[in-house]
Amino acid sequence: MNYRWDWSVLFKDTYMGWLWNGLLWTVIISLASWAVALTVGVLIGIARSAPSRSARLLAGLYIDVFRNIPPLVQLFLWYFVLPEVVPDAFGLWLKRDLPYPEAVTAVVAIGLFAGARVAEQVRAGIEAVGAPLMPAALATGLRPVQAFRLIALPLGLRAIVGPLTSEFLITVKLSSLSLTIGVLELTAQSRHVENYTFQGFEVFTFATIGYLVIGLCVTGLMRFIDLKIGGAALRKAPA
Amino acid sequence: MSDFDWGVIARSSGFLADGMALSALLVLVATVGGLILGFGLALMRLSSHRLLSVPASAYVTVMRTLPLVLVLFWFYFLVPLAIGRPVGSLASALLAFVLFEAAFYCEIVRAGISNVRNGQSDAGLATGLRRTQVLRLIILPQALRAMMPLVLNQIVIVFQDTSLVYVVSLHDFLTAASVVASRDGRATEMYTLVAVVYLVICLSTTKAAEFYRKGLPS
Repeated sequence: MNYRWDWSVLFKDTYMGWLWNGLLWTVIISLASWAVALTVGVLIGIARSAPSRSARLLAGLYIDVFRNIPPLVQLFLWYFVLPEVVPDAFGLWLKRDLPYPEAVTAVVAIGLFAGARVAEQVRAGIEAVGAPLMPAALATGLRPVQAFRLIALPLGLRAIVGPLTSEFLITVKLSSLSLTIGVLELTAQSRHVENYTFQGFEVFTFATIGYLVIGLCVTGLMRFIDLKIGGAALRKAPA
Repeated sequence: MSDFDWGVIARSSGFLADGMALSALLVLVATVGGLILGFGLALMRLSSHRLLSVPASAYVTVMRTLPLVLVLFWFYFLVPLAIGRPVGSLASALLAFVLFEAAFYCEIVRAGISNVRNGQSDAGLATGLRRTQVLRLIILPQALRAMMPLVLNQIVIVFQDTSLVYVVSLHDFLTAASVVASRDGRATEMYTLVAVVYLVICLSTTKAAEFYRKGLPS
């Protein structure tokens, strides 16, 4: 194996700019997708635990469909197919006037996929921690909706902060899919620099360390939340 | 909005079937190779020697933090360099899949083995069985049964993951469909077909795994 090491490529103005820009896009897409995933996941998770049979069925359908189509295929559906099957005016707006169309599409696609996974966790949390508290909450005189909103839901959500950590990490990894539709995030930029310089070791090491650092930050943040208000805090609380 | 032409699917069915065959090959190699390597990693992680357990857990943690796309690029770049001559992207993709999925299979095997209660291996040792015999005769049969639904779930994930070889231009099912989609300008038909096919295969496997898990003694 003969390979000319040259770590200085990482510090050349152009390439360094590309790589840091890629890192920034990875962080932006990850955070935005995670916001979508949490919102969708909590709403679908609530519907999945609702007393109405049709709400439960619809939520179950959403989870089954979005979890069983590969995320990359979903991304292509949103990006290539959606503008063709909606009314012409809206399709044209999607193609022409939507700001940052690739990034926005990626956030929607990744967020809706991850949302289905989050919904399963939310349902499990409500079922395991929230639902058993409902009789006690009702006995205090709260109406059913109040008992759910004030007791079962918040406690169910606090219990799942731990399991949500790995969903958050999965969302970060999914952000790399956006390169297929042209978002220049971290993986795309490292590939880009490799194509220009042939210094694959150096740039892919940069990307690898980038993902490891983001992963550590996510784990640390979720651990902090868990200790403050999550399942770890609930377990420590005096009975 | 143009008219739909579903005939494009029939006309390209041979090409699509070749793509599906490649997807199946990737799933098979990634699962068999990943399980074997994952099994070794799991035994290393459970070992009391830190020299074995620390590198294994580091490997698993790193692999689980990286996006598969980046791992595919790593091997696409590394494998020809290591061999010293260009090889097709299939060889590097297969290697990337085995090494990547091994980290996930490792966690499944580890969970399966740790679920068998400690007392059982002590009892096995007390009857005079050797460590390897305890593992083979007492722990593994129970661990394997508990692992089955998780392995099925992971196979579904691997099958979904195979679509990512798109980034190294291997013609798996999705990539084959995307080639037809851009050649004939039939994105709607082709991607809808791909979505439906994946949905049917993955959903039925997921449901089978759930069904199997419900039948297991807990």
